Amino acid sequence: MTVADRLPPTVMVPQPFRVGARTQDTADTFTLTLEPLHGEPPLIAPGQFMMVYAFGIGEVPISVSGTSDDAEVILTVRSVGAVSLAICSARVGGVLGLRGPYGNSWPIEPARGGDVIVVAGGIGLAPLRMLIRQVVGNREDFAAVSVLYGARTPGDLLYLDELESLREAADVAVTVDAADGSWRGQVGVVPKLVGAARFAGDTAHAFVCGPEVMMDFTVQALMSRGVAPERIHLSMERHMDCGVGLCGHCQLGPTLICRDGAVYTYAEIARWMKVREL
Amino acid sequence: MQGQRITPVVIGAAALDDLLDTLRVSGFRVLGPRVRDGAIVYDDLSAASELPIGWTDEQDGGSYRLKRREDGARFGYAVGPHSWKQFLFRPEARLWRARRLPDGELAVEEEPTEDQPMAFIGVRSCELHAIEIQDRVFMGGRHADRDYAARRDGAFLVAVNCITAGGTCFCASMGTGPKADAGYDLALTELLDGEHRFLAESGSERGAAVLAQLPQRPATDADLGAAGKAVAATEAQMGRTLDTDDIRNLLARNLEHPRWDDVAERCLSCGNCTQVCPTCFCSSVEDTSDLSGEVAQRTRVWDTCFSVDYSHIHGGSVRSSTRARYRQWMTHKLGTWIDQFGTSGCVGCGRCITWCPVGIDITEELSAIRATEDDDAQTA
Amino acid sequence: MLRRLENVLAELPLLHGLAPETLTLIAGCAGNVHFAQDAHLIRRGEPADVFYLIRHGSAVLETYVPGRGPVAIETLEAGEVLGWSWLFPPYRWHLDARALTPVRATAFDGACLRGKCDADPALGYDLMSRFAQVLIERLQWTRLRLIDVYGNDRR
Repeated sequence: MTVADRLPPTVMVPQPFRVGARTQDTADTFTLTLEPLHGEPPLIAPGQFMMVYAFGIGEVPISVSGTSDDAEVILTVRSVGAVSLAICSARVGGVLGLRGPYGNSWPIEPARGGDVIVVAGGIGLAPLRMLIRQVVGNREDFAAVSVLYGARTPGDLLYLDELESLREAADVAVTVDAADGSWRGQVGVVPKLVGAARFAGDTAHAFVCGPEVMMDFTVQALMSRGVAPERIHLSMERHMDCGVGLCGHCQLGPTLICRDGAVYTYAEIARWMKVREL
Repeated sequence: MQGQRITPVVIGAAALDDLLDTLRVSGFRVLGPRVRDGAIVYDDLSAASELPIGWTDEQDGGSYRLKRREDGARFGYAVGPHSWKQFLFRPEARLWRARRLPDGELAVEEEPTEDQPMAFIGVRSCELHAIEIQDRVFMGGRHADRDYAARRDGAFLVAVNCITAGGTCFCASMGTGPKADAGYDLALTELLDGEHRFLAESGSERGAAVLAQLPQRPATDADLGAAGKAVAATEAQMGRTLDTDDIRNLLARNLEHPRWDDVAERCLSCGNCTQVCPTCFCSSVEDTSDLSGEVAQRTRVWDTCFSVDYSHIHGGSVRSSTRARYRQWMTHKLGTWIDQFGTSGCVGCGRCITWCPVGIDITEELSAIRATEDDDAQTA
Repeated sequence: MLRRLENVLAELPLLHGLAPETLTLIAGCAGNVHFAQDAHLIRRGEPADVFYLIRHGSAVLETYVPGRGPVAIETLEAGEVLGWSWLFPPYRWHLDARALTPVRATAFDGACLRGKCDADPALGYDLMSRFAQVLIERLQWTRLRLIDVYGNDRR
């Protein structure tokens, strides 16, 4: 046996995936459907993320917003920097490198039999999409299901058609912070939607994702409706370089977000969220 | 390791050359201490004459000087700015190169793993613990660092028990020394009373096999006594102490302690401490390409939590103040490392104290927080 | 089937927990109203002599900005209260509110209610507390929008 045979497998080499489809969701957000060039796609649980590599430019963590029976990985990416811009610019037929999936997943099992409330802000809907589809796809396993979603303006809303189609299975409320004249929906912040949502606070499970400030206010609104911190699940975010617990960047106090998260209960993470610049 | 101990023997100072030769002939790259640029550093070693013979170090906060000693000791110093991490967890390591093929396929060529094993001569107990700590970080989790694992595989460790404590040492407080108790292939204790000799113990089968090839005699009670005395003297002579009682909770509940503002006024955020620390493991991944855009590579490079960009997200850095970054380093090293990896991240080697340009002393900072914590400052 | 106004009022979040006799007292100042889609519930500058508790449908609070047309400030849904300019002089509306859907609401006569609060300070304190809570919540949500949390959102 050579040294190489004894060594742990490599984790830093991206696997090539071809862009099968590309749609523009908003001015700066695109959804890419990717298929692996070789072998089977990885098994991905709702809430997990991939490290996505644009050749020669860089790599960033992107939550998986969907998978399909056709071995596809679906990513919704917002263009905010050089790497995400390069990823968003990938054309159909182009190749991106993927590593993963990494991280833990939304704990859907314990929520069975009770009310589910999903609260998303902005691009935070993307990491929740697989959870929503799984809940709605097993609708009889859950009681009342609410999806509360908002973005800055109507033009920033994602998956609008899909949200519409959910209305039969769930209470869906969509809001924007600021509207132009043509918007006939709600105007106001996402946390405000919690007050009017239909759920039993003492048994419901909440799944929240969005800007940290929005998550903070949403958690307060949920707790004032009686949802215990152990039943509120958040997806946290910090800078990641490796995604596999080796580079140290994604630390938040005692936890490594890529390894122990990104999904945490509010009970676990509250103490560390409250410390400034931690 | 413990089952493989055989009776200690004594080898003469001249046998060090036999040791180096045996290791070299066995195919090891031999690395050890030497004097360079006014410090004792680790580098390739070809002869025992290259060791820092008759040198010791005087260390204090922000201060390091070499001084002569009269007894010709080979290992009569504590630790210098280098640690063994630079050989196991290289400052810069290319991970792979990739070429983009016409059909879009990525042809990835991983960097070949290091096949020549390394032998480290003169590993202190604190350094053995530091290596063990990095083993946990890089190989103990779900995903491992392949480059580290390759370089760690087959590394031969020749430990030395410290006969001098450094001015900034506090391994005794951290339970990491001064006596090497595990994790080595061979352990030497330099004896300078009368005949210049080394008590030699093996800690592994490989160690025993190498030891067997060196000219030796059995250790007498006098030899064992002298070794015990030397190590005990070192333990009593520690430059610093650090109270580790409930340290994880102490730090967790004092994240807003005013001491952080105090140290922030002194800290330059230079990152020297992270560079010399034998356990600091943060790295960044650099993705680059050549001018044609056809060939790309990925390199892992040392990073430091003291850099502003380290915590960059959303167009800003989470830890934009020096206060936050110093707090991150110290609370991670002494506290949250325990949550993340199950052990402390600190081995009490004192390098961060010695090599801080303004002499910030981690033991002093910790004492200050412990002594002055009060209910107002607690965050729990 | 027509329900007594008091029973309708008892279900509204703003009045939740008030004693039955208090509800009867307040009901004396109230009446049910309907608005067609796109009708205005209140208009900027007009006398603010009522406030509404929306029972069904939704309305948008908006203001007209020259060059931009009507700009939406916030929408109000079933169970929410619209209007607090009736509380203090000069009793004039600062904004428009327009029905986004057909709206059914309970309208309260401001002067009538102010009179009852003057006569019964305990009732006055209770109602003012309830309104203060609504205002605080509205202000909190408005402040949250001011900081534009989505500005640097990235995932």
